[in-house]
Amino acid sequence: AAAGGGRSGTAAEWGGLEDNMQGGGSAVIDMENMDDTSGSSFEDMGEMHQRMKEEEEEEEGEAGAAEEEDGEFLGMKGLRGQLGRQVADQGGKRQASKAFSLYANIDILRPYFDVEPVQVRARLLESMIPVKMINFPQKIAGELYGPLMLVFTLVAILLHGMKTSDTIIREGTLMGTAIGTCFGYWLGVSSFIYFLAYLCNAQITMVQMLSLLGYGLFGHCITLFVTYNIHFHSLFYIFWLGVGGLSTLRMVAVLVSRTVGHTQRLILCGTLAALHMLFLLYLHFAYHKVVEGILDTLEGPNMPPFQRVARDIPVVSNAVLNTTAKAIALTL
Amino acid sequence: FAGLADVSISENIPVEGEITVPVGSHSPDEDYSTLDEPVRDTIMRDLKAVGKKFIHVMYPKKSSALLRDWDLWGPLVLCVSLALMLQGGSADSKDDGGPQFAEVFVIIWFGAVVITLNSKLLGGTISFFQSLCVLGYCVLPLTVAMLVCRLVLLAGSGTVSFIIRLIVVVAMFGWSTLASTAFLADSQPPNRKALVVYPIFLFYFVISWMILTFTPQ
Repeated sequence: AAAGGGRSGTAAEWGGLEDNMQGGGSAVIDMENMDDTSGSSFEDMGEMHQRMKEEEEEEEGEAGAAEEEDGEFLGMKGLRGQLGRQVADQGGKRQASKAFSLYANIDILRPYFDVEPVQVRARLLESMIPVKMINFPQKIAGELYGPLMLVFTLVAILLHGMKTSDTIIREGTLMGTAIGTCFGYWLGVSSFIYFLAYLCNAQITMVQMLSLLGYGLFGHCITLFVTYNIHFHSLFYIFWLGVGGLSTLRMVAVLVSRTVGHTQRLILCGTLAALHMLFLLYLHFAYHKVVEGILDTLEGPNMPPFQRVARDIPVVSNAVLNTTAKAIALTL
Repeated sequence: FAGLADVSISENIPVEGEITVPVGSHSPDEDYSTLDEPVRDTIMRDLKAVGKKFIHVMYPKKSSALLRDWDLWGPLVLCVSLALMLQGGSADSKDDGGPQFAEVFVIIWFGAVVITLNSKLLGGTISFFQSLCVLGYCVLPLTVAMLVCRLVLLAGSGTVSFIIRLIVVVAMFGWSTLASTAFLADSQPPNRKALVVYPIFLFYFVISWMILTFTPQ
């Protein structure tokens, strides 16, 4: 974090001598030295030296007479040398700024990952509890670690569901579909709701929206994890309304507390609730439908609907569960 | 010191000199020696380094050899062999027996990159390639599991074989996760180890799932 704090202002603040000890204008080199306390590999050092050499060549080319020999030896050059290096650094920075931007991007995201495991667990549980106080703006933690892990967990669960239901993807791959669906939902719907919130004058930032929707996926994860293993449509509907409904209610309540005006609240929360619940419905049915279509062509249309369950690869436990479920369904 | 009071050095005169300590006596010799040695020696040295790291993964102790001299040969070999072994399904358009080669490759490398970025963002002190190296080498137990699964599937694909495969894959998955945690968790602040371990757990879980659900056509 200290390295991150020092990096952001390097373009303008060239006052300190301590920044120049490497002889380079690039923060990347400093950061490598500070972070790699376990020892950089030979290749890392080589790359570093190459970059430093390139920078010095550029500096010498542009600064001209100010730098005649080794640019690192500052001691006797005094202020004039310092100024010369400042001019040179503006030009030599271009070389390293490409690599620098990669580290700068990481540093931008760093404060959003500053969480403790206890906090993550607390927020996961809170995401299922709708708040009662909607007249007072509720606090949303702008954190991205929990939502990102929840999206990846959803991808893993989706993959499991697609495999056990023998989903056949013709264009693209199973993994690509799962990742595209989950990340597309998280980023796309967050952006859309943020845009609507901007239109409806709701007090919410983009990171908070991403965080809110990400934690709302916890209900989806639980529902799909249970219903992909126990293939029973009524059970899915109960989970859809119960678990999905709870997490949607929580998100809706938080948004309502941050919006003024009845029409605006209705638009915003109606859209979010509809999208969230429909997404869960889609995730469950998109993969079973494929199997039903295939069973139809293979076994003919004479099968009664209750027996159309997903085909399983691990046959042992699921066969028992399914025969029990079928038996119960047929007797109902 | 009184005599030096009126001595002034103009700022325009640069002072020359060398402050480097002559250590150059060793490096030219080393350069020549590795250039002149037979190719077999060079290859054997790299192979021995890779082999030593494999042993470190199979018996994870708290040594820093894996971290100090990272290399990506081992992960590449493991990734390619795992992807090749997962290829067995036929290219029939109706039955997609297994993941494509590119899919496995991309999952492993992008997964490792995401975990590395996550551990750096959480304040880890390990560098990018060191983390990639550790995660790649810890795929070794799962590759062994894949080999065992293929051999078991040659014998038959009934319930018994499924149970054997399940046990083997679960054991190797646990081993992989423990091995990589032993190397990576030390570089994190102590109260955030769980936050770093969870994505590693997910990553190896996805790979184990691909191995377990593999059925040759």
